[in-house]
Amino acid sequence: MDKFTTLTAVAAPMPMQNIDTDKVIPARFLKTIKRSGLGKHLFDPLRFNADGSERAEFILNQDGYRKAQIIVSHENFGCGSSREHAPWALQDFGIRCIIAPSFGDIFYNNSFKNGLLPIRLPRQVCDELIEDAKLGGNARITIDLERQVVIRPNGEEIHFDVDPFRKHLLLNGLDDIGQTLQHETSIGRHEAGLRQSQSWLPATTG
Amino acid sequence: MSEAKPRTLFDKIWDSHVVEKLPDGTCILYIDRHLLHEVTSPQAFEGLRAAGRKLRRPDLTIAVADHNIPTVGPRTPADIQEEDSRIQVQTLEKNVVEFGVPYIPILDVRQGIVHIIGPELGISLPGTTLVCGDSHTSTHGALGALAFGIGTSEVEHVMATQTLLQQPAKNMEVRVDGTLGFGCSGKDIVLAIIGKIGTAGGTGHVIEYTGEAIRGLDMAGRMTVSNMSIEAGARAGLVAPDETTFAYVKGREFAPKGEAWEHAVAYWRTLPSDRGAVYDSRVVLNTADIAPMVTWGTSPGAVVPVTGVVPDPSSVEDEGLRSQMVRMLEYMALTPGQKLADVPIDVVFIGSCTNGRIEDIRAAAAVAKGRRVASGVQALVVPGSGQVKKQAEEEGLDRILLEAGFEWRDPCCSMCLGMNPDKLTPGQRCASTSNRNFEGRQGPGGRTHLVSPAMAAAAAVTGRLADVRQLV
Repeated sequence: MDKFTTLTAVAAPMPMQNIDTDKVIPARFLKTIKRSGLGKHLFDPLRFNADGSERAEFILNQDGYRKAQIIVSHENFGCGSSREHAPWALQDFGIRCIIAPSFGDIFYNNSFKNGLLPIRLPRQVCDELIEDAKLGGNARITIDLERQVVIRPNGEEIHFDVDPFRKHLLLNGLDDIGQTLQHETSIGRHEAGLRQSQSWLPATTG
Repeated sequence: MSEAKPRTLFDKIWDSHVVEKLPDGTCILYIDRHLLHEVTSPQAFEGLRAAGRKLRRPDLTIAVADHNIPTVGPRTPADIQEEDSRIQVQTLEKNVVEFGVPYIPILDVRQGIVHIIGPELGISLPGTTLVCGDSHTSTHGALGALAFGIGTSEVEHVMATQTLLQQPAKNMEVRVDGTLGFGCSGKDIVLAIIGKIGTAGGTGHVIEYTGEAIRGLDMAGRMTVSNMSIEAGARAGLVAPDETTFAYVKGREFAPKGEAWEHAVAYWRTLPSDRGAVYDSRVVLNTADIAPMVTWGTSPGAVVPVTGVVPDPSSVEDEGLRSQMVRMLEYMALTPGQKLADVPIDVVFIGSCTNGRIEDIRAAAAVAKGRRVASGVQALVVPGSGQVKKQAEEEGLDRILLEAGFEWRDPCCSMCLGMNPDKLTPGQRCASTSNRNFEGRQGPGGRTHLVSPAMAAAAAVTGRLADVRQLV
């Protein structure tokens, strides 16, 4: 997994609620057995017309935002389907951080596993950042994960919360399976206990 | 000795599955059941392969292909016309052999939508933890299992470790008082709940559904309610196991048998939330306020009773909310004040993990019996599994539906998300028993109205979003 330490980038304002994962990447693009290459379909229904041409009004189609690495949005970003293709598509397009008042739980989890940092900030703060983001290439926003701050173009620092364990994994680009396997003895012990306490539970192997 | 602190159903399942609590509070949670399907597993198997890791507990895992399968014509993987879909299914079939995972082949009568067959086969059991790379895994919570959807990285994590790294969720009680009214179902209850608490109302919570109306539902109804917990933002829903649950589970293929059954039931009886258990939040609804529901927008929370009208954005204070409503109405081609019951429809879809069970098909057939699908309307009935299909045919429901002009298909996720050939064309309007009315969900440009199976059948025979209570 890619490390995430600091990021200074253009932010794309997307002041909409409930940007569901079907909008991020529609189901018809999930027929892949790979993680890569989904960026071209990112936000397909918002980004493209039925004939494949770009919708000029969509923010990521506008000069200055084509290389945005941050998205600032409204409530419940990433709600809906559990598809990890959503963070894969965002990551593949170049997005590394999403700031919103709230996120769909599964999307929120999936993002961390892919070096994509979701930041929860109050709606009012998101609205201020959206105003900053509207300045386009002239106004970069900085994310410093170690210090847990978002730095506005005017230098103002905004603190954000992040789970310490997830922060550790992200800062160091660590694979969480490797982390969990360090606790393999406990897992084995728990399984032995379950064989007693859940002895009624049949195997799926019939 | 002091009294133990009263615990909720969620607390009890959680506590018994925590392998270890890490210093920062993150828990390693043991997983009893891992269900796999073809869409969200290939990259996880690939990850295992790349790291040289084994699948730790194939005997707690089971796989089925459900999203890409055709609902009409030949259905072996080689028959799938679209190359990407075919490759995805064939990749699953190769992976289950390589990693030794039990697999239900497509032509097996037990094949079906993963969330239909889990309970149907007795794989989903009270008191267990169950996960799947699919957000509607919340369905299985109806049996009193802690069941939730995960991403593909987490699928790989469960494959390798049989655990997940999790923070405990908060407890939310959603109590539905009263007896469910005529013409209403579990679908109407859950749509009313989402309408009340919103699509982010349950974020960070596990919802436990309680109250007379929930107790009064059969298992199919409870599964419909729990299925759409995710549409309220909650990763999981729960219904405490009771006699209805035990009667449902008993005798199913993978359910405990004999002495193990007795032990299991004795344990399951200890699971319901203790008197005095504390919930972080609580919402109460009354069935008096629940009618057959219809969504009007592109979010499941945009819902009103079928007797209602399309709301007017200009009456909304919040600018963000107002502009979202305007966009929804534009996409849905509806006007404020329009009566929902007058809206004409083009397509009806009865099926999905939300409403693809035998009880749902019975409800649709009861409305369809002796009537005809309105001219110009295409009406699909897609049973949730091979066993549902077989049972329906034994009951003659297929004849009733076919005679009424419905199409009787083979099991798959189908038009819920259009990964197989069943999808809406741009501008088509559908009364659907599925779970999401997001823009383009059932096909690019398609317009979805979420309803119950009886309401969907009523829409089919009248050609509009009719109130089913006027037909039965």
